[in-house]
Amino acid sequence: MIQIKNIHAGIEGKSILNGINLSVKAGEVHAIMGPNGSGKSTLSSVIAGNETYEVSQGDILLDNESILELSPDERAHKGVFMSFQYPIEIPGVSTTNFMKTAINAKRKAHGLEDLPAKDMLKLIREKSELLEMDRKFLSRSLNEGFSGGEKKRNEIFQMAMLEPKLAILDETDSGLDIDALKVVANGVNKLRNKDNAVIVITHYQRLLDYIIPDFVHVLHNGKIVKSGGKELALELEEKGYDWLK
Amino acid sequence: MAKMDLQEKLVSSFMVLENLGELDLDSNVHAIRTEAISAFEKQGFPTKKDEEWKYTSLRSVLNHDYSVFPKAESEVEFKDVKKYFLHEVDSYKLVFIDGVYSSFLSDTTHDGYDICLLSAAFKKPKYKMVLDKYYNALAQQKNSLTDLNTAFSMEGAYINIPKNIVLPKPIQILNFYSGSEKEILLQPRNIVVVGKNSHCQIIERHQSLSDNVVLTNSVTEIFVGKRAIVDFYKIQNDNENASLIDNTFVQQKESSIASVNTFSFGGKLTRNNLEFYHEGEHIESHLNGISILDKKQHVDNHTIVKHQSPNCESFELYKGIYDDASTGVFNGKVIVDQEAQKTNAFQQNNNILIGDKATINAKPQLEIFADDVKCSHGCTIGQLDESALFYMQSRGIPTKEAKALLLYAFGNEVVEKIKIPELKSRITKLIANKLGVKLGFEF
Repeated sequence: MIQIKNIHAGIEGKSILNGINLSVKAGEVHAIMGPNGSGKSTLSSVIAGNETYEVSQGDILLDNESILELSPDERAHKGVFMSFQYPIEIPGVSTTNFMKTAINAKRKAHGLEDLPAKDMLKLIREKSELLEMDRKFLSRSLNEGFSGGEKKRNEIFQMAMLEPKLAILDETDSGLDIDALKVVANGVNKLRNKDNAVIVITHYQRLLDYIIPDFVHVLHNGKIVKSGGKELALELEEKGYDWLK
Repeated sequence: MAKMDLQEKLVSSFMVLENLGELDLDSNVHAIRTEAISAFEKQGFPTKKDEEWKYTSLRSVLNHDYSVFPKAESEVEFKDVKKYFLHEVDSYKLVFIDGVYSSFLSDTTHDGYDICLLSAAFKKPKYKMVLDKYYNALAQQKNSLTDLNTAFSMEGAYINIPKNIVLPKPIQILNFYSGSEKEILLQPRNIVVVGKNSHCQIIERHQSLSDNVVLTNSVTEIFVGKRAIVDFYKIQNDNENASLIDNTFVQQKESSIASVNTFSFGGKLTRNNLEFYHEGEHIESHLNGISILDKKQHVDNHTIVKHQSPNCESFELYKGIYDDASTGVFNGKVIVDQEAQKTNAFQQNNNILIGDKATINAKPQLEIFADDVKCSHGCTIGQLDESALFYMQSRGIPTKEAKALLLYAFGNEVVEKIKIPELKSRITKLIANKLGVKLGFEF
């Protein structure tokens, strides 16, 4: 589904990713682990199209088409979704209105009419139940005054609403207590199917107890230095990252 | 013949007017006029040398050969102006075309309260007591522009609500300019007296219907009685050759609540002088404004809240969005007299600059002479949050919509304060239009 080919990227002339190669097929879950500063979040931002980062070399193909020249919203329309490590607070826009705008923008890009209000409400109800969300959060300003856990849950709710082909979960476990972690992981697992794929970016192994990866990759200095099965995550948990450097 | 300076032209026009005997009015009003014209003649128009006009130059709007006298009612068909009415809601209507009352488009009343014309009030003895007490009581010698208005004012809204009346519907004051003259100076004058325990909502709009040049120099005096509630909404969405100098004065009595809400989206130059005076305790004043400007538009909000009595509160919230080379001024003065202990005065002014050449000059002024008060002011000037834009884009919302949504959200705090739902949705639409998007939902 997605092929990352020899990606070099950086910010303001400082290189962060130094030739990343990664291929993820439909139905797979890949975990990307690595110490702080290894380039994990840069990788997710580059896939999502954050223009703060400059891609100097390489390509990213989604369903065999390059997406590097596409804007973040165009990538979202093609099915890329990133759950933010630090979701942004948007005062004055409720979660419901934000999602309505996002869903209808995607539908418009695909030549569809706006989703009728009652279908929208039904969808919102279904998906918020899936994430065991308190309904009051839906009418409140997006992420404003939400706890860390509520923000992350809201991210996965958005993912559920948008049904992406490729979901990148950037440090989704950080800031979550164990109960919230289970709910969020459970939500992600329910959304998985043979046609979509998930890239889980995490520092710790903890989340991978609940979202079981098919492959684990270790990132260090902007390169994947080791790949393996889910047992690699446990090994990292035990030994730390130092032995790979 | 050399083009006459506008000030000279106005002063000699006043003499012509007097000699024609057209100012056939109450002698008190006539004395007020005469005093006002000489005050204007002495001071002239404000220039950038005046501290209060440092960032707003009137030069470009004064440099016209304005027609000063209103002519007979011009032909305007309802279908041409329908869209400027808030027609979703039943209302009283006072409609003026080129400064002349349009009975055809208006809907007035004398049934228990007066919602009618100032010109009529000037001429009928039964209004004399009210006029003697209130007319020009707040506007007197405020500035040369209010003086100018006082000298020439002939027409406008006369609203007198006695005590214990809750108006069943809002009042709309609409001032249209038909384009009958190439360049015209309009000077509407409104007086609003609301008795104790009464409630009243007013929506005011100035709208030019042509591309001809119009300068409106408007004065509104509002008297809010004990425990009365008055909400005033100003819609300023005029076209490119229309400029407005609005002078609005509010006097509040004990335990009253008054709000003035100013929505500035259009016009070439707009100057709002808004002043609140407290006379009594437990008064609440609300001053809200949102300006959304582009091209070379200029809006200047100059406010004064004068706390003169203890235990009163004022809340001021102005937001501005400036695109292209537009310019804004916010000058908010809060005065707390020594007697005004236990005052709560809050002022907030937030601005977003989008255009590379846009500027805002913001100046909060707190003059506090009492020691037991809570006063705060906050002023911010910023750009759109890039990380918020990326966040929205990553959810599939294109840049243009994302920007508009963020800007809308920024202004929403002010829109939320509108108490008439139909007006709220109208303002929402005006904002969406101004931002050039269709918002995918109703707020």
